[in-house]
Amino acid sequence: MVGAACALYAARAGLDVRVVDRGAVAGGTTGAGEGNLLVSDKEPGPELELALLSARLWSELAEELGAAIEYESKGGLVVAAAPDALAALRDFAAGQRSAGVTAVPVGSGELREMEPHLASGMAGGVHYPQDAQVMPALAAAHLLHACGAPVHTGWTVTGVVRAADGAVRGVRTDRGDIHAPAVVNAAGTWGGDLASLAGVRLPVLPRRGFVLVTEPLPRMVRHKVYAADYVADVASDSATLRASPVVEGTAAGPVLIGATRERVGFDRSLSLAAVRALAAGAIGLFPFLERVRALRTYAGFRPYLPDHLPAIGPDPRVPGLFHACGHEGAGIGLAPGTGQSIARALTGKAPELNLTPFRPERFDTDTDTGTGTGTDTDTDTDGGDTP
Amino acid sequence: MNPLELTGARPGEAFTVAFDGRPLRALPGQTVAAALWTAGVTSWRSTRGAGRPRGVFCGIGVCFDCLVTVNGSPNQRACLVPVRPGDVIRTQEGTGRDDG
Amino acid sequence: MTTAERPRLAVVGAGPAGLAGALAAAARGVQVTLVDAADQPGGQFYRQPAPGLGARRPQALHHQWRTFERLRDGLERHRAAGLITHLADHHVWCVEREPGSGALSVHALRGPAQEQGVTVRADAVLLATGGYERVLPFPGWTLPGVVTAGGAQAMLKGGLALPGRTAVVAGTGPLLLPVATGLAAAGVRVAALVESADPAALLPRARALAARPGKLAEGAGYAARLLRYGVRVLPRHTVLEAHGTDRLEAVTLASLGRNGRTRPGSARRIACDTLAVGHGMLPHTDLAGTLGCTLSGTDVRVDDEQRTDVPGVWAAGETTGVGGAALALAEGHIAGRSVAARLGGTAPDPRRWAAAARARARQRAFFAALDAVYAPPAAWADAVPDDTVVCRCEEVTAGAVRTAAGPLGASDPRAVKLLTRAGMGWCQGRVCAPAVAALTGCPLVPERRPFARPVPLGVLAALPEPPPG
Repeated sequence: MVGAACALYAARAGLDVRVVDRGAVAGGTTGAGEGNLLVSDKEPGPELELALLSARLWSELAEELGAAIEYESKGGLVVAAAPDALAALRDFAAGQRSAGVTAVPVGSGELREMEPHLASGMAGGVHYPQDAQVMPALAAAHLLHACGAPVHTGWTVTGVVRAADGAVRGVRTDRGDIHAPAVVNAAGTWGGDLASLAGVRLPVLPRRGFVLVTEPLPRMVRHKVYAADYVADVASDSATLRASPVVEGTAAGPVLIGATRERVGFDRSLSLAAVRALAAGAIGLFPFLERVRALRTYAGFRPYLPDHLPAIGPDPRVPGLFHACGHEGAGIGLAPGTGQSIARALTGKAPELNLTPFRPERFDTDTDTGTGTGTDTDTDTDGGDTP
Repeated sequence: MNPLELTGARPGEAFTVAFDGRPLRALPGQTVAAALWTAGVTSWRSTRGAGRPRGVFCGIGVCFDCLVTVNGSPNQRACLVPVRPGDVIRTQEGTGRDDG
Repeated sequence: MTTAERPRLAVVGAGPAGLAGALAAAARGVQVTLVDAADQPGGQFYRQPAPGLGARRPQALHHQWRTFERLRDGLERHRAAGLITHLADHHVWCVEREPGSGALSVHALRGPAQEQGVTVRADAVLLATGGYERVLPFPGWTLPGVVTAGGAQAMLKGGLALPGRTAVVAGTGPLLLPVATGLAAAGVRVAALVESADPAALLPRARALAARPGKLAEGAGYAARLLRYGVRVLPRHTVLEAHGTDRLEAVTLASLGRNGRTRPGSARRIACDTLAVGHGMLPHTDLAGTLGCTLSGTDVRVDDEQRTDVPGVWAAGETTGVGGAALALAEGHIAGRSVAARLGGTAPDPRRWAAAARARARQRAFFAALDAVYAPPAAWADAVPDDTVVCRCEEVTAGAVRTAAGPLGASDPRAVKLLTRAGMGWCQGRVCAPAVAALTGCPLVPERRPFARPVPLGVLAALPEPPPG
């Protein structure tokens, strides 16, 4: 998704773009994503600014691409079961409001008007009208289609071609070299591997998430609904299972419940503990789900960096190398802002956002020794441009 | 010849069930699908998208084409669920849940 | 040994493989729990009419009924002795293996409504999950009255029910013969048996066939019965289209040329209210896949003892490669003996099951020969029109799949699924996967299905904590 957004905005900035992916379109974390475009779960700071920019860009893209990407500006509803959790949520929301987020307190009585099937007895909540949803695989495919760039699926990047002065000259793939003065690393969870092909360190690690998908239902869940403790889970540094789920209906019918957060490397094997926690959390929010069937579950691997912020922008260590990866569980939501920022950087324009917090080389100064635990060393998406 | 004659079947006493409001005779031991077939009914679901009629396809619980609402419970596989006296069987429209 | 001391085996599936495995293991001191979705043992091959139907001659719809009677009697004996517990109407959705202890938990849903969770713990599991029919799409295949060949047979064997009065049986594979004769015996007028392959091509493979004189006799028996019932057999023919508005009214057939394409001008229409269609079988491998067992193509890979490459997990029958009931019996028997030895801490002596091993080798060779002959028309995927529904659950057309695979860059079936929803519905792609793979230009690779069947969220939420150690 991030690669597709980079390709689109770069192409629209007048660059000649080629997209390389060792798999299919949306074959990596995008295909496992739920398509959350959330501002609600972000505290004031650089990620929230990127999310607000991206939310605006998503609504523009939605006007253009219409129903094809299943964009829904459905809004988020964060609920708190107990009064103390509600107080903490309201404080959090007040901070977000001062950063430009629309966050509307919802009383206990109004909750059921907004979500008729919500569990009774909730203390209250906050409504975030800016939260939205897309179908991520469709979004990635249609953005790529709209940008008009050649898409080389099934091509694996095996090296980064560099000049004598160290500057990037393109990528080497198993199907031949692609020459370009700039290479964008949008390899998601495998972005660290691509960075190492260019000789630099970018400590992207996988954080596993399971998603549950139900049988098709009529629209019984109207917003993106989650419990207030979800925010704590997202921000958590814990390696162990965190599972306060986001529950939402989809245009296609099924309710999506996701996702867990675990740091277990690239282990795709089913964790019944994870799906048990998801199911219990979802039923806690929507009791009718108890008798609804889960048709499937799947795992995806969020790409995260140690400070839980993505790497966006030029890499000063390798001229011509740009990074756009490490968005953890927010890559779909943050993709357009990232793509636009990369396109501006590629064309020498000032970014709309301050990219300093996303500097890719920021981990060179710390002593973090985290290494990829994955067995999969190939690199994924990579959008480069040729003049 | 019919299947009952072929196998020398002496079924238990037939009973009545309702299908979309009309009474049908069914035999003990039959699935909902077998009872409907025997009564000459071959479709009891309309699809979510195009509203097309569907009935039994795989007959062994794999394809989920024969989903039907039995006694108010939607999405029952007619080819697996045994029919019982007094069952109220309804053609399932779409998701089978009209309470959205 | 007391029950508590005996090693525990859970057998998933009570068809020929599962029954043979359960009996072989129980006879050697293993405490067996036989977990099966049907309300009576037998699987698809030995599906019996429900007891309430009072069928006195169920064998009229069956072959090798004596073999089944022996299995059924053996099961009864072991049940009475407390060596086998038969959990009928238990639908297994997941088998879980504790990485540390190796203990296995079989998670099932009980009852026809499948709303109650049950967990069976065991030291070993034998996966005998059988197979299901592959049906390739063609215009009109979603009309009521179009059923799988196996489905028509299952409804007849189990419910003594027929879908109509006049049937065409079509597709490819050895299953079409018993389906056509079974329907005809039960009083259906079978207007034609349409086989896309040319069974005469079996003759060059006579070596494998000659080793199975029983099979040849069986084939001759079918031929005689088809003749007796006046069933027209049309080899090298295919169904082009099923016609009807809300129900099947007719089919159009055509003959196939050497290139696998239909011969121009050969199309003809036959009135019928039933089309029983199938294009071979696929194994159920979801449980094995989730356990991490290596698959070989679409089949669970096993060694000479029927062991998968996951410790404590055996597999037998169609799940290890489609080959019919006789092969399943041999494999199940070997698996049961291997389990008994291995759980007893010894390596089994394969000489003890030499006869079963020979039967296994013969049947595998025989089915390999059949497999090479029975095949859908070579160009079938190209012939599917764009407006034909491919994914029956989500109503995704062939054209939508082609668009995703082409302009939208979905170069594999998983990406096609994400972009089109083909395979995301109730059946989770079991029906459409072969067609989606073919339309995408990819080989059929089994999908990961962590849930082998839909599971109520309430059952998931109430799952037991893993046992300690």
